[in-house]
Amino acid sequence: MELFRGVNVDWLRLKWYFLGFSLIFSISGLIAMGWHWEHPVGGVRSPVPLGVDFRGGTEVQVQFTGTPDIGAIRQAMATAGVKDATVVPYDQANLNEVLIGLPEQQDESSLEAGQKQVLDALHASYANPIVPSGTKVDVVGPTVGHQLEKQALLATLYSLLGMLVYLWFRFQLIYGVAAVVAVFHDTLITVGAFALLNKEISLTVIAAILTLVGYSMNDTIVVFDRIRENLRMSRRESLADVVNRSINQTLSRTVLTSGLTFLTVLSLYIFGGAVLNGFSFALVVGILIGTYSSIAVAAPMLVAWQQWRAEKGKTVVLPAAKKPRG
Amino acid sequence: MNKNLNKKIALIVAFLAICVYGIVGVPKGFTGKALGDSITERIHLGLDLRGGAHLVLQVVVAEAVGAETDDAVQRVEQDLKTANLTFTQVYKPDPVKQPDVIKVEGTALASSGTVRSTLDDKFSTDYDLSGGGADNSWTLTMKPSIETALEQKTVDQAIETITDRVNALGVSEPVVSPYGLGKNEILVELPGISDLEQVKSIIQSTARLEIHAVVGGPYKDEQEAAAGTNGSIPPDEMMLHGSGTLATGSGADEVFVLKRVPVVAGNQFRSADPGNDQNGRQAVHFTLTNDAGDKFYDYTSKNVGQSMAVVMEGRVKEVAVIQSAIRETGEIVGSFTPTEVEVLSKMLRTGALPASLVPIEDRTVGASLGADSIRQGVTAAVVGVLVVMAFMLVYYKGSGINADLALFLNLVILLGFMGFSGATLTLPGIAGVILTIGMGVDSNVLIFERIREEMRAGKAAVAAVDQGFAHAWTTIFDTHVTTIVSAAILFLFGSGPVKGFAVTLTVGLAANLFTAVFVSRVIFDWHVGRLKQGEPVSI
Repeated sequence: MELFRGVNVDWLRLKWYFLGFSLIFSISGLIAMGWHWEHPVGGVRSPVPLGVDFRGGTEVQVQFTGTPDIGAIRQAMATAGVKDATVVPYDQANLNEVLIGLPEQQDESSLEAGQKQVLDALHASYANPIVPSGTKVDVVGPTVGHQLEKQALLATLYSLLGMLVYLWFRFQLIYGVAAVVAVFHDTLITVGAFALLNKEISLTVIAAILTLVGYSMNDTIVVFDRIRENLRMSRRESLADVVNRSINQTLSRTVLTSGLTFLTVLSLYIFGGAVLNGFSFALVVGILIGTYSSIAVAAPMLVAWQQWRAEKGKTVVLPAAKKPRG
Repeated sequence: MNKNLNKKIALIVAFLAICVYGIVGVPKGFTGKALGDSITERIHLGLDLRGGAHLVLQVVVAEAVGAETDDAVQRVEQDLKTANLTFTQVYKPDPVKQPDVIKVEGTALASSGTVRSTLDDKFSTDYDLSGGGADNSWTLTMKPSIETALEQKTVDQAIETITDRVNALGVSEPVVSPYGLGKNEILVELPGISDLEQVKSIIQSTARLEIHAVVGGPYKDEQEAAAGTNGSIPPDEMMLHGSGTLATGSGADEVFVLKRVPVVAGNQFRSADPGNDQNGRQAVHFTLTNDAGDKFYDYTSKNVGQSMAVVMEGRVKEVAVIQSAIRETGEIVGSFTPTEVEVLSKMLRTGALPASLVPIEDRTVGASLGADSIRQGVTAAVVGVLVVMAFMLVYYKGSGINADLALFLNLVILLGFMGFSGATLTLPGIAGVILTIGMGVDSNVLIFERIREEMRAGKAAVAAVDQGFAHAWTTIFDTHVTTIVSAAILFLFGSGPVKGFAVTLTVGLAANLFTAVFVSRVIFDWHVGRLKQGEPVSI
C-alpha cells in the first residue's frame, strides 16, 4: 500500500495563503491572551489561565463513595466558614470526583490551614463519605508558584536556544532561525488555544509544549535535511524548486508520521483521563500545527531570505553538508 | 558477512536479556502474580502513580543567624568584662528584621581605643565593626560571606536531621534533598504516606530542650511579672508561661522571667533517653557535648542556689534550684506526658533542627487515585501502540513486522533502563514513553520510505536497503540529537514531573537509535540474505 506517490505540489505558490492562515490563528490567540484571564477568586491575573502549579493556592481533589452533590458541598464549605472556595465536578461523572479550590494565600503559614479546613468541613457537614485513598491535595505557596513560572519560561527559552545552536552547527544560521521561528509560531498558537478555550496551563502542559517544540523541530529538520541533500546533488536548480521538490519527496513520510503520532496522542486525549487532559490537548493541537509549520512557515522563510539576499547581489548560502558517521 | 550477522544477532539477544533482567530481576515464579510482583519491585513508580506526599519546606535561616548572634552577644559581654571595660549594654536592636546586628552601648570615651582593639581582636573574622564616635556606641554586623556560609550550613544540617527523622519513621525510599528552585528550600518526598498531618508534625517539630537562667517568678500573669521587674522587661530577658507541679508547684498557668540567651541550647545535647527518676516520675536523662558540658559546669558552679528553668517548645517544664555543679550528664524531671518524653528523646537523638521550617508546597496523592492514573495512562499507551502497530503491518507488509519488533524492543530497553537506574516512572513519564513511540515510528517510516524510493529508482534489494538506511541515518541523527538537546535542557532546568518526562524521553530516543537503526538493519540484512535473486523486499 502506498499513499502520496509522485506528488507534485507547488507549495511556495501557496505562501500567501499560509501567511494569512498563520496570522489569523496567531492573532486570535494573541487577542485572547490580551483579554487577560483573571482567576474567579483571588484575582491572580495572567494572559493565559494558570493551573494551581503556577498561580499558587490550594486545590483538593476528593473522591466520594457516591454521586457528589455539588450544591451540598458548597453549603458544607460555607457552614464550616471556608471562604472563597470553588467547587467543581472533576473528570467523568462515574468517578465521583470533585475539585475544591482555595485562592492563593499571601501568607505562607496560612496555606496549611486551608486544606485541613476543607477536609474537616467535608467530614463534619457532608453526608456522603469520601474515599480516604482517593484524595489529592496540592498546596502551592506564592513563592513556589512564581519560581515555577520563571523556571518554565527559562526552560523553554534555553531549549530553543540549544536547538538554534545545534542547527547552526549542522546546517546554517538561517536554517536554525527559520526552524526556531516556526517552532515559536507553533508555541504561540498552542498557548493561544489554551487562552481561547480557557483551559488551565499546568506544569504537565509545559512538558507537552516542550515536547511539541521537539516534535515540530523534528518535522522541520526532516524537510531541511532533504533540502540540504538535494542542493548538494543539483546546484543549477533554483532554490524554490529544490524546496518544493524536497517537501514533496518527504510528504508521504510527513503525513504518515504525523498521522500516527496524532493517533497515539489522540488515544491519550480520549483514554488518558483528566490528569493528562491538558497535556494531550496541547499535543493534539501542537502536532497539527507543528506539521503544518514545517511546510508552511520554515521552508518559505528559507526561500524568502535567500531571494532577499539574491536581490542585494549576494550569493546564495549553501548549508554545510556534513555527514555523521554511520 | 553471514558470520558477522550472527555476531550482531547474538549481541542483540544478549542486550535484550540484560534489559529483561532489569525489568523483572530473577523471576520468583512464572505465574502472572509473581512476575507482576518482581516488576513492581524493580520499576519505581512516582508519587503520582503510587500515592504519597511531596513537601517543599523553607528553612527559616534567619533563626540560625539569630542564634549565632545571641551567642556572640554573650561573648562580647564576657570579653569586655575580662578586659575591664565598662559598658551599659550589649543587645540586638532588631532581632526579627536584622538578626545579624549587635550593638554595644555606653562604653567610656577614654577607653575607645581599647574597646576597638578588643572587639577587633575577637570578632573581626566574622563581623564588621563600626561606630565608636561621640555617642560611645558600637555596631557589629555579621559579614555577608559568613552569613551565607552559616545559612548553607543550616540547610545542610536541616536536611540531615529530616533524613534521620524520616528514617526513624520507617518510610520506604524517601527523598530528602535541596530543592533547586529557590534559596534555602528542601524537597521531601514520602511514598505511600497519604496522611501528612502526623508525619509533618514530626518532621517539622523544632521541639528542643533549652535551659535558661531564671530571673524572677513565678508570677500570676504577665502584668504582674512586668511589675515585679520594675515595669518593663529588659531586652536580654523574656517572659514564658509554664504549669505543672515541677514548674509552678500547681496546675495553674503562671509566668516566669528568664534570661533570653540559654545556658544550654537545643543543639548542645548529645543524647537523651526517656526514663523515670527514683520516684517513678517521667524523666529525660541527657548528656551534653563536651564544650557545652564545660560551659554548664562553669555556670552551675558559679550559681549554686540560683534557679534554672527547663524550656521546651516555648513553655517552662521544670524549675530547679542548682544544688551543686553539673558537668555533662543530668536528669530532667519535668511535667512531661509519656508521649512528650518519647518525642523529645527521638528529637534529641536525631538532632534538633537548626531552625524552623515553613511548608511552601505540599502535595499528596491518595493511593487509589494513583492506581486510576496508572490504569488510564497504560490503557492510552496500549491502545496507541496497537493502532500504530496494526497500521504499520497493513502499510508496510513484511517490513511492518520489522517496525513492530523494533517498537516492542524499544519499550523493553526503556523499562530495563528504568529498572537498572532506579529512575522513577511518573505519569508525565508515561506520556514521554508514548512520545518515544511516535519518534520510533518516525524513524521506521523515514527508512522505509527511503528504501521504497530507492527501489522505485530501480535498485536491487541489497542496494536499496543499503542506500535507504544510509540516507535516512543523516535525518534520524539530526532529529534525534535535536530532541535529545531539548530533553536534556528540560532535565537540567525542570523539576518533578517535567524531569520524569525528560528522563523517559531521552532514554527512549537513545534506545530508538539502537532499535530503529541497528536492530532493524540486522533484521533487514537477514531477510535480504534469504531472498532469491531478483526478488523484491516486502515493503
